Amino acid sequence: MKKSVFAAAVVASLVASNIAKAEPQAEVLHWWTSGGEAKSVAVLQKEFADNGGTWTDMPVAGGGGDAAMTALRARVLSGNAPTAVQLKGPAIAEWYEEGVLADISDVAEAQGWADVLPASIAGHMKCEGTWCAAPVNVHRIDWIWANADILKANDIAMPTTWAEFNTAADTLMAAGIIPLAHGGQAWQDATVFEAVALGLGGAEFFQSAFVDLDMDTLKSDKMVEVFDQMRKLRGYVDGNFSGRDWNLATAMVMNGEAAFQIMGDWAKGEFLAAGKVPGEDFLCVSTPGDGFLYSVDSFAMFNVDGDDKQSGQKLLAELIVGKSFQKVFNLNKGSIPARTDVALDEFDSCAHTSAADMASSNKEGSLLPSYAHGMALRGAQAGAITDVVTAHFNSDMSSADAVQMLADAIANSM
Amino acid sequence: MTEWLERHVPKMVLAPSFVAVLIFVYGFIIWTGWVSLTRSKLMPKYEIKGVIQYERLFASPRWDTAMDNLFIFGGLFIGISLILGLFLAILLDQKIRAEGVLRTIYLYPMALSMIVTGTAWKWIMNPGLGIEATVRNWGFESFTFNWITDPKMAIYAVVIAAVWQASGFVMALFLAGLRSVDEEIIKAAQVDGIPTWRIYSAIIIPSMAPIFLSAFIVLAHLAIKSFDLVIALTGGGPGYATDLPATYMYAMAFSRGDIGQAASSAMVMMGVVFTIVVPYLYSELRAKHD
Amino acid sequence: MTDFTQNYHPPRRSFGQLALRWLLFALLGLFALFYLMPLFVMVTTSLKSLEEIRTGSLVALPRDVTFEAWSTAWSGTCTGVKCEGLRPYFWNSVLMTVPAVFLATLLGAVNGYVIAQWRFKGANLIFAMMLFGCFIPFQVVLLPMARSLGILGLAGSIPGLIFVHVIYGIGFTTLFFRNYYVTIPAELTKAAKVDGAGFFRIFWSIFLPLSLPIVVVTVIWQFTNIWNDFLFGVSFSQAGTQPVTVALNNIVNSTTGVKEYNVDMAAAIIAALPTLLVYVVAGKYFIRGLTAGSVKG
Repeated sequence: MKKSVFAAAVVASLVASNIAKAEPQAEVLHWWTSGGEAKSVAVLQKEFADNGGTWTDMPVAGGGGDAAMTALRARVLSGNAPTAVQLKGPAIAEWYEEGVLADISDVAEAQGWADVLPASIAGHMKCEGTWCAAPVNVHRIDWIWANADILKANDIAMPTTWAEFNTAADTLMAAGIIPLAHGGQAWQDATVFEAVALGLGGAEFFQSAFVDLDMDTLKSDKMVEVFDQMRKLRGYVDGNFSGRDWNLATAMVMNGEAAFQIMGDWAKGEFLAAGKVPGEDFLCVSTPGDGFLYSVDSFAMFNVDGDDKQSGQKLLAELIVGKSFQKVFNLNKGSIPARTDVALDEFDSCAHTSAADMASSNKEGSLLPSYAHGMALRGAQAGAITDVVTAHFNSDMSSADAVQMLADAIANSM
Repeated sequence: MTEWLERHVPKMVLAPSFVAVLIFVYGFIIWTGWVSLTRSKLMPKYEIKGVIQYERLFASPRWDTAMDNLFIFGGLFIGISLILGLFLAILLDQKIRAEGVLRTIYLYPMALSMIVTGTAWKWIMNPGLGIEATVRNWGFESFTFNWITDPKMAIYAVVIAAVWQASGFVMALFLAGLRSVDEEIIKAAQVDGIPTWRIYSAIIIPSMAPIFLSAFIVLAHLAIKSFDLVIALTGGGPGYATDLPATYMYAMAFSRGDIGQAASSAMVMMGVVFTIVVPYLYSELRAKHD
Repeated sequence: MTDFTQNYHPPRRSFGQLALRWLLFALLGLFALFYLMPLFVMVTTSLKSLEEIRTGSLVALPRDVTFEAWSTAWSGTCTGVKCEGLRPYFWNSVLMTVPAVFLATLLGAVNGYVIAQWRFKGANLIFAMMLFGCFIPFQVVLLPMARSLGILGLAGSIPGLIFVHVIYGIGFTTLFFRNYYVTIPAELTKAAKVDGAGFFRIFWSIFLPLSLPIVVVTVIWQFTNIWNDFLFGVSFSQAGTQPVTVALNNIVNSTTGVKEYNVDMAAAIIAALPTLLVYVVAGKYFIRGLTAGSVKG
């Protein structure tokens, strides 16, 4: 206790008057390297520099952070850990268990993070009661994007249940339009799968299956139903979907080749980059069913020597959760702020929907971590589920076999 | 003293490299073997827990696919590249005027990193964008080339791209071999009226045994390490239909935080390499001993 | 050139020979098309605007040729918070590749010389063990190597990267030189020894001058491998020492951002220019040199 009071005092004095013993330094490992993502992280760099810090950039893109994690392991093993690292979900706790993460509770308490972050998101930032990571944003995963003209031309309303979706898709098929634009990559299959699971099974089912890994739920009839719907969706994608990048699928919706796409809110960036207007050219609605699947990007601080680096970590943590960064960053990236007290006036209608849904599902207890994007489970278990989902989607495996395989894979991954 | 030195200088010169290989290859293999007996997750741990990682490995359907693919891919890739490389070298050896240009065209793929070339191949082989769409546009409506989207055929699509990348290098090795065969012998054979194909099959090709060794090692090395290629071309998909042991191992070690499992897959993979490569090395080196 | 062709093309050729000749050219041309196809896609894509890529076919000639993507890739595109393109990373790659290629080639030459010409008991076993080292998957060595580099104090530095590339290059360079030197008659070494030349003297004055062709092969192989390596580059570098492949990967592999395929393709070609250059320039010596060298042997 004494320690954290002391540290808080140090931080306070540092921020207030900038009379630091050493200039704040930070080497930041992240995988936001291009386009809007790079611009977003550059905002942080600028704020860091404005506060007297020196930012050393260590970008490593690829595979949704896989390459960065490879580099991170090598760096930690060689005793040369970066100052701050983009980490998310249960991976934070995994690294904490290795004893390499620094405690940033003093900053968090001084800044009152607990009051401004939704409880479930704050939970991801804590390791055994201490704060060990700083959240940047909230991505919503369970979005369905639609081409407004196609829906109008075929007299289709935005589906609110999966049954309605299937009816709409059949109509579109008959009209010669690809109902679902999809890229056949494992993570995209998993993204669709979790949206279906949440829609058909509801929040409790999702929590029990993909957070608690309850065997009975994993083997339940509901899960068979989820795989049945996946098989249906397989019929609604075109023949060339394998390996397609997600943005090419988005382009299909934009160009009117396909009607719907199920993808996280970064897809919005593609529409906006092509000059499309939300609500007019394209529609953004949550996937059928209730609930909200989030993916929260965050930064964790690693144990490093030197006052300059440690003060850099504290400054960085404070800036990341600061109001101005949360706003500017998320305007660039298409997500919404993790803080609930940031004014959303400059955000678009999709972001407003997202923020409103997050607040309401937070109250209803249906604010859930995305398994497909590494928020709900550790890598081994999440990977095991994805293996089954993608194997089922890309073959003629029966739903019952898939469920059995799912249970086996989970058991084998422990 | 000088005599002793003179006798031992060759060994002393070789020693640093040998020691480095002992530590950084064999030492690391032992390390990997050790870790494969632990329950290492995010980072390596050294507490031995038995063979559970191997049990998990052999219970994994994805690993089965990866091993099957290694044999299909490795066999076809090495075989086709050797044959195509030799074939092209023989064609180019027929006093072709544009040899320099053609040779460079055949060779250049080796210079490109697969990170992006994979994307180009992905488009070319995609039925909706590439070859299939183009040929259909020409009026051949029933033309089909959709290997890359077909889980049963996708591994062959990977073979095509891999052969594209490596066969030029093999061609160059063979071409050099063809050129270094003593011309007197060939002329003598021609005078004797031996047909050209016999000259190639009975005289020239057998004299290139060391080149086969180099080409085989280069190709086998590329086959085992084919990683960028698969990641860029198919990402292991559709599903995990084109997974290879290298991609499996990488996924386990670095994206799933399951290092023990990755180590066990590495050990099995090296075991396979050992049983295939060592007899080959043995016979090759034996034959040339005298 | 005229003499040359006359030698091999008799003035009168039968129809069959002519047809065979045409078939030969047709085959060679077809293969050339096969090899050029991906390059065609990459170059045309790099010359298109993003708008055209988004709306048109990916595999088509550009309607309006623009070099914008090329200049962006070289000096403007973002590889993180810095948006300076590939340029700053090029130098890192050069600093890493040149010494690593030099050292690995030198070690390979000496090793090959010993194994091929100074056979001692166990030399073949040592050679086989070094060869087997070529097959170790790099994913396996990442973690223990990271630890070793930390202990050696080379973590995150360019000398560290050079060290790693030399270690895992030795197997191949030794193979190439050994297979080359083994074709040189042992009598040559014996005669030189009789004349009183020592180990290094023989290497320096007899073997090295004969080695140009195999040096070319080895350098091409090593240069390509090291320049194009991503896995070691990403794992054993830190901010400021990242090679160009890591930067290329950062440009290409945006996870959730808009993909600029034209810039990706231009960047890929730019990053490959040094290796392409090596192939075009040295390719000639690659074959010609190798031939000339061993005919003398």
